[in-house]
Amino acid sequence: MSFELQASLRARNFDMSLSLGDGETVAILGPNGAGKSTLLGVISGLLRPDSGAANIGGRHLFNLDAGTRHWSPPHLRGTALLAQEALLFPHLNALDNVAFGPRSAGASKTAARESAKLWLAEVDAANLANRKPAQLSGGQAQRVAVARALAAEPELLLLDEPMAALDIHAAPLLRRVLKRVLKDRKAIIVTHDVLDAYMLADRVIVVEKGRIAEEGPTRQVLERPRSHFAAGLAGLNLVTGTISEEGITTPDGRVFAGQHDPGWPPLPGQAGVAAFPPSSVSVFLGDVHGSPRNSFAVTITDLEPHGDQIRVRAGGPSQALSADITPAASADLGLVPGMEVRFVVKSALVSVYPA
Amino acid sequence: MKSATGYQGIPRWIYAIAAVGGLLVVLPLAAMLAKVNWPQFIPLVTSESSLAALGLSLRTSAASTVLCIVLGVPLALVLARGEFPGQRLLRSFVLLPLVLPPVVGGIALLYTFGRQGLLGKSLEVAGIQIAFSTTAVVLAQTFVALPFLVVSLEGALRSAGNRFEAVAATLGARPTTVLRRVTLPLVLPGLASGAVLSFARSLGEFGATLTFAGSLEGVTRTLPLEIYLQRETDADAAVALSLVLVAVAVAVVGLSYGRRRSSTPSEVQA
Amino acid sequence: MRTLHLKKSIVATSVAVGLAGALAACGTSAPSATPSSTSSTSTLSGTVTVFAAASLKATFTQLAKDFEAKNPGTKVTLSFAGSSDLVTQISQGAPADVFASADTKNMTKLADAKLLDGAATNFATNFLEIAVPPSNPASIASFADLAKPGVKVVTCASQVPCGAATDTVEKAAGITLSPVSEESSVTDVLGKVTSGEADAGLVYVTDVKGAGGKVKGVPFPESDKAVNTYPIATVSSSQNKELAAAFIAAVTSEAGKKVLSDAGFGAP
Repeated sequence: MSFELQASLRARNFDMSLSLGDGETVAILGPNGAGKSTLLGVISGLLRPDSGAANIGGRHLFNLDAGTRHWSPPHLRGTALLAQEALLFPHLNALDNVAFGPRSAGASKTAARESAKLWLAEVDAANLANRKPAQLSGGQAQRVAVARALAAEPELLLLDEPMAALDIHAAPLLRRVLKRVLKDRKAIIVTHDVLDAYMLADRVIVVEKGRIAEEGPTRQVLERPRSHFAAGLAGLNLVTGTISEEGITTPDGRVFAGQHDPGWPPLPGQAGVAAFPPSSVSVFLGDVHGSPRNSFAVTITDLEPHGDQIRVRAGGPSQALSADITPAASADLGLVPGMEVRFVVKSALVSVYPA
Repeated sequence: MKSATGYQGIPRWIYAIAAVGGLLVVLPLAAMLAKVNWPQFIPLVTSESSLAALGLSLRTSAASTVLCIVLGVPLALVLARGEFPGQRLLRSFVLLPLVLPPVVGGIALLYTFGRQGLLGKSLEVAGIQIAFSTTAVVLAQTFVALPFLVVSLEGALRSAGNRFEAVAATLGARPTTVLRRVTLPLVLPGLASGAVLSFARSLGEFGATLTFAGSLEGVTRTLPLEIYLQRETDADAAVALSLVLVAVAVAVVGLSYGRRRSSTPSEVQA
Repeated sequence: MRTLHLKKSIVATSVAVGLAGALAACGTSAPSATPSSTSSTSTLSGTVTVFAAASLKATFTQLAKDFEAKNPGTKVTLSFAGSSDLVTQISQGAPADVFASADTKNMTKLADAKLLDGAATNFATNFLEIAVPPSNPASIASFADLAKPGVKVVTCASQVPCGAATDTVEKAAGITLSPVSEESSVTDVLGKVTSGEADAGLVYVTDVKGAGGKVKGVPFPESDKAVNTYPIATVSSSQNKELAAAFIAAVTSEAGKKVLSDAGFGAP
C-alpha cells in the first residue's frame, strides 16, 4: 500500500506533492518555516489545505479536487503523530497512555493493556508501565510516546522532530529504538539532523519555502546535494552554475575546476553544481603567485570552532563558502571577521555534477 | 512550589498594602465573630426556620452547581475551542451576570420565566409554574453562578492548549472520546475550582432570588434571605446565621484550594 | 443661640483636633470664632437630617421641599430606609436630627436606648389594603377571597411591621392565608403584584396610592384591626434641636396633615 499526497495551502505558501512506497521511511529536511510541520498537519488532518488530495492504498484521506469536498477527520486517518514533545496525557500512567489508541479503536481495557505492554517492551520501556508522565525523563517519555503512536497501529506514522527536545545522552537510545520500529514501516520523519536521515530514512526530501527542493535516496542527496540546505546539512560547500569541460562556470563568469562525477557524464551547458568539503579549502593572506586554480578573494564573516578545527566562514563574490583550518594556522594568519583573504580549493576534491 | 530561601522580588511596601487589603476582608468578619451571642448560638442556628433555610440553601446550591456544570462545560468548550461568528459577543453576554447587580438579574429572569414573561406564559399553559418555587431559586442561582464556572474552565482550557487533543485525535480517538478521556481530565482542577466558586456564589445569592423567587420558609427562603429577615427582629439570630454561612463558605473554598494545590504536580509534565 | 453656636463649633473642631483640645480652644477664643453664617437669632437656619421610614418617601420629600421654601437658609437632608435599619444606624451613631418611624415598636427601641429628646409624637396612621393587578385576574373582592385555593397571595413576613399587621388581621378575620411568598419589605410585596407574578398582595393603602395605576386597591373592613401608627421624634444627639422641632411641627401642622392624607395616610 502506498501513500500519495498533493496539496496546496496558499495562506502558508505551501504546495507539495509526494508519495511513499510500502514500508518506506522518508525524512523531510528543510530550514525552519519551510513547511515541514504544515505537511504533517495536512496529512494528519489537523490542517485543511485549499486544494489537493491524499490517499493511503486508494483510501482517501481527503479529496478537495474536482468539486468533491471529501475530508476525513484526524481520528479516521490512521496517521499517528509523534511530536517534538512527548505530550503524554499527564493524568494517565505510561501503560494507559500506550493503551489509549487501542481503547479508542474499541478494544477492551484488558486487551488494550495487554497490547500496550507489548509495545512498551518494544521500545525498551516495559519497566516504566506504572509511572506517571511527570515521573519520566524526557527520553523515557519520548519512548513511551513512540510506543503509544505504534500501538494505535497507524498505516502511516508521522514524526515531527522526535529527537529535537532530547538531551544528547537520550537521543541515541531513542534513535536506536526508532531504527528498529521504523523498519518496514511507512513513516515520515521531519528532522534537522542528518544522522536521523542516514540512520532512519530510505529516502530524503528537502523542502524549502513550501516547495520540494530536491529528493532522492538518502546517501545520494547527502553526498551529492543540489540544494544549499542539503549541502549545509552534509557539511559541504556548494557552488551552482553551468557545467563546462573543466568543471562549472558560475553565473558571474568564474570557473570552478573539479572532477566530473563518474555517475553523471558531463553535458556542457547543463545546470550543475560543484560540491567540496570545507577541509579542501586553504586560506591565504594577500595575493597568491603562480596560477593556482580555484582561488577566490573573500571577506571573512565568522570564525567558529568545528571539531578540532576552526571553521572560517566567508562571503564570496557570489556565494557563501567555508574553510576548515587548524587553530594554529588561524592564529598564525591572525584571522578576524572582516578580513580579506583568499580561499584556494584543491580541484581534485571538487565534485561536479548536474543540478 | 516556592522555596523559602529563593529570591522573591517583592518590594517590602507591597506587604504593608497587602496587609491593609487582608484586614479589609478579615476585620469585618472578626467584628461579626465578636458580636456572636455564643450561649444562644446553638439554639439560634438550630431553630426550625434556620435549619430549613440552611437545608434549602445547600440543596439549591448543589442543584445549581450541577446545572452550571451541565451548561457551563459546553459553553466554556465552545468559547475556548470553537470558532464561530459572534463568539466574542457570546462571551461578553455569558460574563455579564458577573458585573450585573443581582437584582437586575432577578428582574430579567422575572420577565423571562415569570407568569407574564417571555417563556413563562407558554410554561404556564403547559402547567409548569416557576415563580415562587424552588426551581426559581435554582434558576436565579444558576444565572449568577454560571459565569464563575465558565471563566475558570475557559481559562483552564486555554492554558492547557489543544496539543494533547490533537495527539489524541491522531491516535484514533473520536471527538467525544477526546473530550471524555483527555480534555476533561486535563482541566479537572479548573473545573473543580469553577464548580466550587459556582457553589459558593449560589450559596450567597440574594438579590436575584429575592426579586425573582420570593421568600417562603422551606421553599424559596434561602439562608441569605433568612438572615436578611431575621435582621429585622433578631440581630443575634442574623449574626449567628451569618457565621454559619461564613463557615460553610470557608470550608468550601478551603477544600477547593487544598485540592488544587495537591493536584498541581500532574499539570507540570508537558 | 450662643450655646448653640458653641456646641456647633465644638463638634466641628472635635472632628479634627479632638474633644479636649477643642474645649480649651472654645474657652479662650469663643468671640472671635463666632461663625458668620448665623447672622440672625430669630430665623431658623442650618441643616436638619431626617431619617424616615421608606413608606414616607413621597410625602416627606414633599414636606421637606415645603419646609425649605418657607424657611430660607434651611436645608433638610432626607434618608429613607426600613424603620429597623434606621434604628440600627442611629444606635451606631449616625448623625440624625429627626426620626420618623413606620411603627411604634421601632420608636420604642430608640426611647428605651435613651436616644430620643423628649417624647415621640404620632403624626399619621396607615392601614393594610389588598393590592391586585389592574385586571384583577383572581377576582379578589374581600379578605376571605385571598384564602381561596389557587390564589397566589404575597404578604410581608411576620418579622417586619407590615407582616405583623397581616397576622393581626388574619386573626381578627379568623382566616389563615397560605401565601406563596413572605417578603421582607412591603415594596417587594408590591413588586410581585405589579409584575403580575402574584394575584394579590397585602400592602398599605399608601403603597397602593403611590403605585399609581399599576395596581388596584381592594379595601377590606378587617384592616382597622391593625392600624399602623407613625411616630416622629427628635434624636437626642441632634446638634440643631430647634430646627428639628420646627420640622416636626411642620409635619404635624395642618398643611403637613394635608400632604399626608393626600397620600392616603390616616389621621393619628
